[in-house]
Amino acid sequence: MAKNAFNGHKDWPKMWRSPEPREFYDAIIIGGGGHGLGTAYYLAKEHGLKNIAVIEKGWLGGGNTGRNTTIIRSNYLWDDSAHLYEHSLKLWENLSSDLNYNVMFSQRGVMNLAHNEHDIKEIKRRISANNLNGIDSLWLSKEEIQKKVPIMNTDNLRYPVLGASYQPRGGTARHDAIAWGFAMRADEMGVDIIQNCEALQIKTKNGKIEGVETSKGFIRANKVGVVASGHSSVLAETAGIRLPLQSKPLQALVSEPIKPIIDTVVMSSAVHAYVSQSDKGELVIGAGTDSYNSFTQRGGFDIIEETIRAMVELYPVFGKMKMLRQWGGIVDICPDASPIISKSDIEGLFFNCGWGTGGFKATPGSANVFAHTIAKNEPHQINAAFSLERFVSGKLVDEHGAAAVAH
Amino acid sequence: MLIIECPYCGRRDQSEFSNGGEAHVKRPDGSSEISDREWSEYVFIRSNTKGIFYERWVHSHGCRKWFNCVRDTSTDEILKTYKIDDTRPKLKDFKNLVDTPSGEPELGSGNFTVKK
Repeated sequence: MAKNAFNGHKDWPKMWRSPEPREFYDAIIIGGGGHGLGTAYYLAKEHGLKNIAVIEKGWLGGGNTGRNTTIIRSNYLWDDSAHLYEHSLKLWENLSSDLNYNVMFSQRGVMNLAHNEHDIKEIKRRISANNLNGIDSLWLSKEEIQKKVPIMNTDNLRYPVLGASYQPRGGTARHDAIAWGFAMRADEMGVDIIQNCEALQIKTKNGKIEGVETSKGFIRANKVGVVASGHSSVLAETAGIRLPLQSKPLQALVSEPIKPIIDTVVMSSAVHAYVSQSDKGELVIGAGTDSYNSFTQRGGFDIIEETIRAMVELYPVFGKMKMLRQWGGIVDICPDASPIISKSDIEGLFFNCGWGTGGFKATPGSANVFAHTIAKNEPHQINAAFSLERFVSGKLVDEHGAAAVAH
Repeated sequence: MLIIECPYCGRRDQSEFSNGGEAHVKRPDGSSEISDREWSEYVFIRSNTKGIFYERWVHSHGCRKWFNCVRDTSTDEILKTYKIDDTRPKLKDFKNLVDTPSGEPELGSGNFTVKK
């Protein structure tokens, strides 16, 4: 490190190769974010596939993997989602040693505040459901919250804080590290990671996948997995598939770095604010989605204003802080706020999308079960409920209530 | 933050309006005969266009009337608003700025990860 510091960090070895695409792959993953790279990693590691490519139109982790607030938890209401997110949380717990790369997973606990009678009932119901599924989740009284987060204004605000749910095993992780860790280990197992390669068209013939037309030419493939978050539906359209997704900008912002002041994650659905503090000292604040469809990675100012208003009311001490950066990511939202990890009507074409506003926490779990789905041509029992078929059968997994903030 | 021209009240701030999703979606006829899959199309599936998109807005804090709008979802530029019973403007009347399905326009997308 000292040697590299002296010559201006010019000679660091590359963390992965940048090969030109081959003519044919057993599996192509479209989308080089955490979910896509993880899928390639588990395909190579657990299912023995050798000939895999990940194609990415920009750089690795430049989409929503690098644009979220890195919160990890599994306190979802319904069994199907609880199992999926808990599977993911368990993988997070060993990921740094699995990958031999520090993903900086920090189990600092996650708190969901209750501000009214309805919140209390909903949150207590969710705690019971979590406990039945073996997920750590407990009720905190106002006094316990004050002890954990002394800077919080619990009484002198329009919607006073009445209590909270708390998941001690929840926390945060480093967003880039998950993409880079999966990429390095996948690359070592021979996965071709091809950046600046945009998927233009998914080609099919007689209901079977042929390959992907890309900006670097046509690549044939036996199987294609689309993990392109906000752009999954426009890619599906090129294969004649209409997905039940709507893409919207979701914003987040960070403050100037300060001394440690909050050592957990606090979310409030009712007043629309959630905050944690990064290891660098910045407050990481999550805002909401815009009401309209958009692919602009910006979002509206009114959304930031609403979040900042709630933040300042809940934490008056933050009132004079400056915000450093703001950004938006394009999230794909399903009608039931649950993801799609599914086969499609086309043989060899798979989708992992619809993660909406909460996909980061699920990265390893989603990748793991999606790799299973691609390799075995059938879903893992954990993601069986998240098929495209559910929009025909009507068996939805309605998780609007478990979102960190109402979107 | 958008400035939207209500066909009845004129240009107003977006905060006066609520978005109503895709426009010109027709409810299928013969509800007792059609298949679950056709229902699913109508109930759950909407276009998610990158580029020229036809959508509905309602002037919630104004005249409370619904109207239609053509907006470029790759830049958020509003190209036209029109009354709900006006004929749908043709797609070729507008310039499409996105060459590929997930491409980015030269200006106004806010996405800097993709080489232009």
